[in-house]
Amino acid sequence: MDTVIGVQYKDGVIIAADQANARSILIYQSNLDKIKQLTSHSAMGVSGPNCDLVQFTEYISKNLQLYELRHEGTKLSTKAQANFCRNELAVALRKGPYQVSALLGGFDQQTNKPSLYYLDYMGTLQKVPFGAQGYAQYFTLSTMDREYRDGLDETAALDIVGKAIHELQSRFLIQQNNFIIKVIDQNGVRVHSQGADPADT
Amino acid sequence: MSVMTYNGAAIIAMAGKDCVGIAADRRLGVQLTTIATDFPKIFQMQPKLFVGLAGLGTDVQTLKNLLEFRMNLYKLKEEREMSPKVLSHMLGKILYSKRFGPYFVEPIVAGLDENNKPFLSTMDLIGATSEEKDFVVSGTCTGNMFGMCESLYKPDMEAEELFETLAQALLSSVDRDAVSGWGGIVHIITKEGVLTKELKGRQD
Repeated sequence: MDTVIGVQYKDGVIIAADQANARSILIYQSNLDKIKQLTSHSAMGVSGPNCDLVQFTEYISKNLQLYELRHEGTKLSTKAQANFCRNELAVALRKGPYQVSALLGGFDQQTNKPSLYYLDYMGTLQKVPFGAQGYAQYFTLSTMDREYRDGLDETAALDIVGKAIHELQSRFLIQQNNFIIKVIDQNGVRVHSQGADPADT
Repeated sequence: MSVMTYNGAAIIAMAGKDCVGIAADRRLGVQLTTIATDFPKIFQMQPKLFVGLAGLGTDVQTLKNLLEFRMNLYKLKEEREMSPKVLSHMLGKILYSKRFGPYFVEPIVAGLDENNKPFLSTMDLIGATSEEKDFVVSGTCTGNMFGMCESLYKPDMEAEELFETLAQALLSSVDRDAVSGWGGIVHIITKEGVLTKELKGRQD
C-alpha cells in the first residue's frame, strides 16, 4: 500500500513517500514520515509494516552514525551505505526477514555526485536513475520513463515527482492525500513539502 | 510465480578454439515489472575466470560477495590463483551446504585453465555440477537457449565467430521469454585477454 518514489537529478536526489500508516481498512495515522534520514547527506524512503520500517531504519541509521564515531568522522559513500543495508536485509532474509522495501538516496560530497538505490525486501540492490516501491511502480514508472533525462535540474525533477504523484492520485484505488517530499543535495537532507506535519501528534 | 523466475535471467556460455564466451541478459524485474536494464549477472572473478549467476537477485548478489571472499582467502592462503575447476567444485560445495535452505541460483562457471584450455560448468541450486565441452545454459528460458545453442553451435570457433554465435543464441532465446532480455552483455575470453560487448536487442 505504501508509496515511495525517487528521482535522481544532476545535483541531488528527490525522495517522496505517502504519509499514511494503515492496516487493512483502518488508517491509524496520516502524518507519518517514511523517509528516514540516515546520515547528513543520505535518506531512505521505506515501505512495509510500520514495525519493520522503524526497526530497520533506526538500526541502519544508528550503525552508520556509530561508524562515523568510530572512524574519526569518515563518511561512508552512498554506495557503501546501500551495500550495508543490502547485507543486513540478505542476512535477515533467512532468519527473520524485514519486510521493508526501500529507495536509498544520497549525495557524496567527495565526488559531488548524487545516487539513488533500489533495495527490495529480500536484499536485491540496484543503482537506478529513478524508481518506485509498492503499487506505485505500476502507475509511476512509465511516467518517469517518459519524462526522465540525464542532467535534470531540481525544478524539473520535482516536476516529474509531481506528475508521478498526480498519476497516483488520479488512478490508484487507495487515496493517498498526504505526501512528504525530501530533497538530498550538497546542503544535506531537507523537507521540500509535506501533506501533514509529522511532528503533530 | 516460482522463486527462480521472480527476477528473470538468461545466461549462456560456450567454448571455442582456445577461447570461451559467456553472455547474459541485463534485465532486473519483479515478476512482470521491469526495475532496471543494467543488472549484472556475470562477474569477473579473475582475469580469465567468469561466473554467471542466474536466479533470485538477492542470492545472485550474496553469492557473488561470498565467492569473492572465498577466492581472496584462497589467494592469500595458497599464494596462487584459483583454477576454474576448483572454483566450480567449491561453488558446488557451498550450494550443497545449504541443501535444506538453498541459495536460489543456478551458476555457470566459464574460464580458461592454466593451459589456456576452455572450461565450462553449470550446476543446479543445490550444487549438482555438470562439466561440458561445448555449451552450458542457465536461467528462465533454458528450453529456448538449449535449442538455439544446439542448432548454432560448432566446435572450435574462433573468437569473432564465437561472439556472433553467442549473441544470436542469447537474443533469440530471450525474445520469447517474458522475464528475461532488455539487452545483453557478452564476454569473450582468449589467452590475450577479455573482449566485452553490449548487445542491443528488443527492449521489451
